Amino acid sequence: MELNSRIPAGPLVEKWDSHRFNLKLVNPANRRKYHIVVVGTGLAGASAAATLAELGYRVTSLCYHESPRRAHSIAAQGGINAPKNYANDGDSIYRLFYDTIKGGDYRSREANVYRLAQVSNNIIDQCVAQGVPLARDYGGLLDTRSFGGAQVSRTFYAQGQTGQQLLLGAYQALSRQIGMGNIVFYPRREMLDLVVIDGQARGIVVRNMINGQIESIACDAVILATGGYANVFFLSTNARMSNATAIWRAYKRGACFANPCFTQIHPTCIPVSSEHQSKLTLMSESLRNDGRIWVPMIKGDKRDPNLIPEVERDYYLERIYPSFGNLSPRDVSSRRAKEVCDAGFGVGPTGKAVYLDFRDTIQRNGREWIKEKYGNLFDMYRQITGENAYETPMRIYPALHYTMGGLWVDYNLMSTIPGLFVLGEANFSDHGANRLGASALMQGLADGYFIISYTIGDYFASNKFHKVDTSHEAFRTAEKELKSTIDRLLGIRGKRAVDDIHKDLGHIMWEYCGMARNAAGLKKALEAIPSLEEEFWRNVSVPGRTDDLNQELEKAQRLIDFLELGKLIAEDALHREESCGGHFREEHETEDNEAKRDDENFSYVAAWEYRGPGNPPKLNKESLNFEYLKPSQRSYK
Amino acid sequence: MHITLRIWRQTNPAGPGRLVTYELSDVTEDMSLLEVLDLLNLQLARNGEEPIAFDSDCREGICGSCGLQINGRPHGPLKGVASCQIHMRTFKENDTITIEPFRAKAFPVVKDLVIDRTAFDRIIQAGGFISVNTGGAPDANAIPIPKNTVDAAFEAAACISCGACVAACKNASAMLFVAAKVAHLGRLPQGEVERKERCLSMVAQMDAEKFGACSNTYACEAECPKEISVDNIAFLNRELLRAKVF
Repeated sequence: MELNSRIPAGPLVEKWDSHRFNLKLVNPANRRKYHIVVVGTGLAGASAAATLAELGYRVTSLCYHESPRRAHSIAAQGGINAPKNYANDGDSIYRLFYDTIKGGDYRSREANVYRLAQVSNNIIDQCVAQGVPLARDYGGLLDTRSFGGAQVSRTFYAQGQTGQQLLLGAYQALSRQIGMGNIVFYPRREMLDLVVIDGQARGIVVRNMINGQIESIACDAVILATGGYANVFFLSTNARMSNATAIWRAYKRGACFANPCFTQIHPTCIPVSSEHQSKLTLMSESLRNDGRIWVPMIKGDKRDPNLIPEVERDYYLERIYPSFGNLSPRDVSSRRAKEVCDAGFGVGPTGKAVYLDFRDTIQRNGREWIKEKYGNLFDMYRQITGENAYETPMRIYPALHYTMGGLWVDYNLMSTIPGLFVLGEANFSDHGANRLGASALMQGLADGYFIISYTIGDYFASNKFHKVDTSHEAFRTAEKELKSTIDRLLGIRGKRAVDDIHKDLGHIMWEYCGMARNAAGLKKALEAIPSLEEEFWRNVSVPGRTDDLNQELEKAQRLIDFLELGKLIAEDALHREESCGGHFREEHETEDNEAKRDDENFSYVAAWEYRGPGNPPKLNKESLNFEYLKPSQRSYK
Repeated sequence: MHITLRIWRQTNPAGPGRLVTYELSDVTEDMSLLEVLDLLNLQLARNGEEPIAFDSDCREGICGSCGLQINGRPHGPLKGVASCQIHMRTFKENDTITIEPFRAKAFPVVKDLVIDRTAFDRIIQAGGFISVNTGGAPDANAIPIPKNTVDAAFEAAACISCGACVAACKNASAMLFVAAKVAHLGRLPQGEVERKERCLSMVAQMDAEKFGACSNTYACEAECPKEISVDNIAFLNRELLRAKVF
């Protein structure tokens, strides 16, 4: 397959402007003729649905939650980047562009990232106009803070609830359009298939989660804004229902899946306590602004951390990276934490944790100051661990958090299936091999508010559309296949619950395809996953009925896809014989244990193409050209 | 720990429900209450029995999905947390824990512990927003907003739409939910233009959804996992008066 990224010609700073001029427009009166289905109502989906409806397109929006406002974007805590330079500390669009490309370890497109940095300022304006209560200083102007991977203060925030407040802004914009009758909204619908007719995405098939009905929706373009796939690891900071089903089934209908092995481990999560754990909780990275990370200098030191004197503490990030210190990027911080724990310096009951200590800041600025900034995070920590982090250091450990990989999209955010657009975490586009903090909210909203609204019009204006409705045979076939899969699942009546098998998959992924990977381990994963898959189809127990609310059936559907995706992740990780960002291959490291890229051979996007059951996927390569930033070894020292 | 669970089971919205007792012996203190339900569901599923349906997603107290009446109280015995944030160290060995769905006419039971709170969405759709299309917004710093104004708006905006306020109220009133949104937007200069329209249409929709009148007992504030203050209800009442008189 030929991958055409459609990156506009011309100087970097003018690409988006000239592209917007060159994109064809749809006359306002004609927009009603086009029907767009938006799957997912997180930041990307809600903002896209609202914006497209405001423009006059006919929009159908749906999500698997009871309410659009429950999408997992709501749990993002820390903040959203924009180079407003309100702090007067030398920030600029170019600097955000530079930080993001460097943070992504030179595995993203320059043109996309520059555009992201450009529109990010508009996002802040838009959100404030919607009434999002971003934090302000005493003069009444917006406050910012700094985040990992940056030396300027460009992160806007609303205490520890930035994601919630931004999502409510988008949700309210979406609700306004629903109320006005411009959007038809369906809650509790899970997309189970994409319908492609004559090479164009023309609809989706969903399951009504209340009554089990399989329903089809025909349209002229489909937008997937269905989030990431970190739950392939079972334990992650993603919400329990977050899944890969929509993007995976689109992949099986012909959309290429790009860089699946680029998964991000977040350094500051609450450590795992037992096998019963259902998910992991993130402590916002913003805490690293004011907390210092350390481990005892003595192995297995079980003393109360407050009794360990200063000279016996190893503030290892500050020691190794004097200029970035505790604010080193996520991948770097995570690996260092794993190393000190693997070497026996870890703390807490399991030894799989390091301290994040606020003592010095509390002494300097007072407890109230910390409470004002991070109060809800400290409360959350106390809830989960029973410990008071104002008095004893937090214990943190890395956990799966975000997936940079996703469906391949061109500069217009269109996948390799014409008419299928992919936004937010579900696409692969802007973060390369590692995402910087406070950039996920930025990308989701950039895609939804400011990019898709221009590019989708060009698709409509440049193509012909035959009339298609749900009586088309392609819908009938897809519905029939889904019903037979469901019947098969319910008929297995095995001995293991869906989550039993999902946990096994999680162990395989974390062990062999987690923070550090090597060829031998990845090959083991590629043997273990198919046998687990075989066990799933033989021995899973999915009780209940098809025509009813059936949460085990929902989970089983998702696990089918996680099992298949797990293999592709391992395959991709095995083929990428280099280390970059979140993908760390033990065979490829520098002398001081940093990721060692191989720009000569791997400076490309790996876009995997499905070729039918039983056939290995085909690897397509989109080479990355750096005209403005010369790839260099990342250094945060 | 050994724990006895009494859980509401109901097969469909029409059908009668009943409390079913389950005994669990391998519970640990660091498990969350929802992880205890997970454990029970694993055991049921392995035996081919139908697990208990319940909503939960983020498990961090922010998405508002989980709404359980735990031992008779919305979100259980602790102050300022959602059901997903209750850990078993809150309970004692051999405790009996009764778990039911939130009860309100406007929140019909779908199945077991799953309820339908889409009435809240329809209230927001009626007016819980600032009418601003994408694009053309002025610079974010164009209007300075006093810090305490924005902080008060933020506190109201912290509502997670879980419905505990409704479940706590003997009239099943949604006043705190509606007031929180009216106060969030009404306190900000951006929301000034639509102040009147917003509170009138949201309150009209609230009534249409069959939520009861405010009981003035402050039960909503006491059970709100985000500790949203009833001061917001006072704000709403002032807004309503203002909208009707002026």
